[in-house]
Amino acid sequence: MIAIVDYGMGNLFSIYNALDRVGAGPRIVRDPEALSGADAIVVPGVGAFGSCMDQLRRFEASLRQALDEGVPMLGICVGMQVLFEESEESPGVKGLGWIAGNVVRLPEGVMIPQMGWNSLTIKRHVEMLDGISDGDMFYFVHSYYGQPIDQSVIAATTEHGIEVTAAVAKDNLFATQFHPEKSGAKGLKILENFVRSTRC
Amino acid sequence: MLARRIIPCLDCDLQVPGGRVVKGIEFKQIRYAGVPWELAAKYYEDGADEIVFLDITASHERRETMTSVIKKTSESAFVPLAVGGGIKSVEEARVVFNAGADKITVNTSALKRPELISEISDKYGNQAVVLAIDAKRRYELEEGREVVETPEGPCWFECSFYGGREFTGIDAIAWARKAVTLGAGEILLTSMDRDGTYDGFDIPLTGAVAKRVRIPVIASGGCASPEHMLEVFQKTDASAALAASIFHFGEWNIRNVKTYLKERGVNVRI
Repeated sequence: MIAIVDYGMGNLFSIYNALDRVGAGPRIVRDPEALSGADAIVVPGVGAFGSCMDQLRRFEASLRQALDEGVPMLGICVGMQVLFEESEESPGVKGLGWIAGNVVRLPEGVMIPQMGWNSLTIKRHVEMLDGISDGDMFYFVHSYYGQPIDQSVIAATTEHGIEVTAAVAKDNLFATQFHPEKSGAKGLKILENFVRSTRC
Repeated sequence: MLARRIIPCLDCDLQVPGGRVVKGIEFKQIRYAGVPWELAAKYYEDGADEIVFLDITASHERRETMTSVIKKTSESAFVPLAVGGGIKSVEEARVVFNAGADKITVNTSALKRPELISEISDKYGNQAVVLAIDAKRRYELEEGREVVETPEGPCWFECSFYGGREFTGIDAIAWARKAVTLGAGEILLTSMDRDGTYDGFDIPLTGAVAKRVRIPVIASGGCASPEHMLEVFQKTDASAALAASIFHFGEWNIRNVKTYLKERGVNVRI
């Protein structure tokens, strides 16, 4: 079972439909205990870092346990940002801290939020990016982005005034700043890769 | 670098069961284009970067139909979906978001009550609020208007509401600027002078608004060919071009329009 964590931030219709389309049979999970049997976990995210963390906090222990057990996990958008230690968007709020580094605002002078289709530069080939090539475009909507201290976790970047982290990969953890569920066939391909990586 | 987007627009008449997509030519000669979610699915497969649904129905029973149209569409179209038409409150917006819309388009209700923009953007983010502006050229210049030079002479632009049936006296460019401060994340800019004419986008209008606001501007009204899209992307900073008839009835589909643009140096997603 692929669990979509519903922690009350926005509707999960799109990610549910997209996973359903790639044959995953997703389930929306509102209760941390229900994560224990999951073969894979998706952490979506919309809204501000601080309010996301407030709501996500009660899932933190269950998510950490699943991660330690090797369950594939996919963070999307703010669901990627919360993996970092903290964010300029919500000073003083601790993130999950599973990736060392902080989330910072896009530089002045570019359109903020970055909204639209932008192309990926693949930095490191990971299973989740099977079938994805340099230049393939994905749908981004964000004002902040993660800056990992260990650059080797960066799987892909995009360019919006500066080089922006677009995807990170660390063991069984994979996360995208863009929305694979809104990125057409290439986005579905990433979700398909994710589903394929599950232990079932 | 962000790609220029190509957006098909589906004007939906929801008074018939299940709804249908229509396209009027200057509010006459309404033509039936198809079933909303079937057309949306086709456009998605053809490479649409986003899909816009505008509910042109005036009745009150339409909401449920719209909800089911959005749900069915989001099951088969995996690109952003913007929905508009008569949304007057955050509560109404919520229903539309929960059905699967990514963005809400507001027009008349925001002109009548500008705070609506802030109310929706505070809750769902700026990126979720698209302000639609229907702008009409006015050549009688007045004090305080934002004047734009056009080949036809200097003019200002007046906002219309109620689907182009009434005028507000409000300067469209000033309204666009104000909407940005209120929290609009994008502007869907329709030229009333060009809509339905097949003469191409209003380049001076699009150029002026795109230059004066720092949010994406979607050019709309008058598109009948890929040449028109090329023109608006070459001559203005528009982030996207929206069209209806060319895709519903024309010989062009989204894929070959994009190929045409890419071959001429426009950054589009193929």
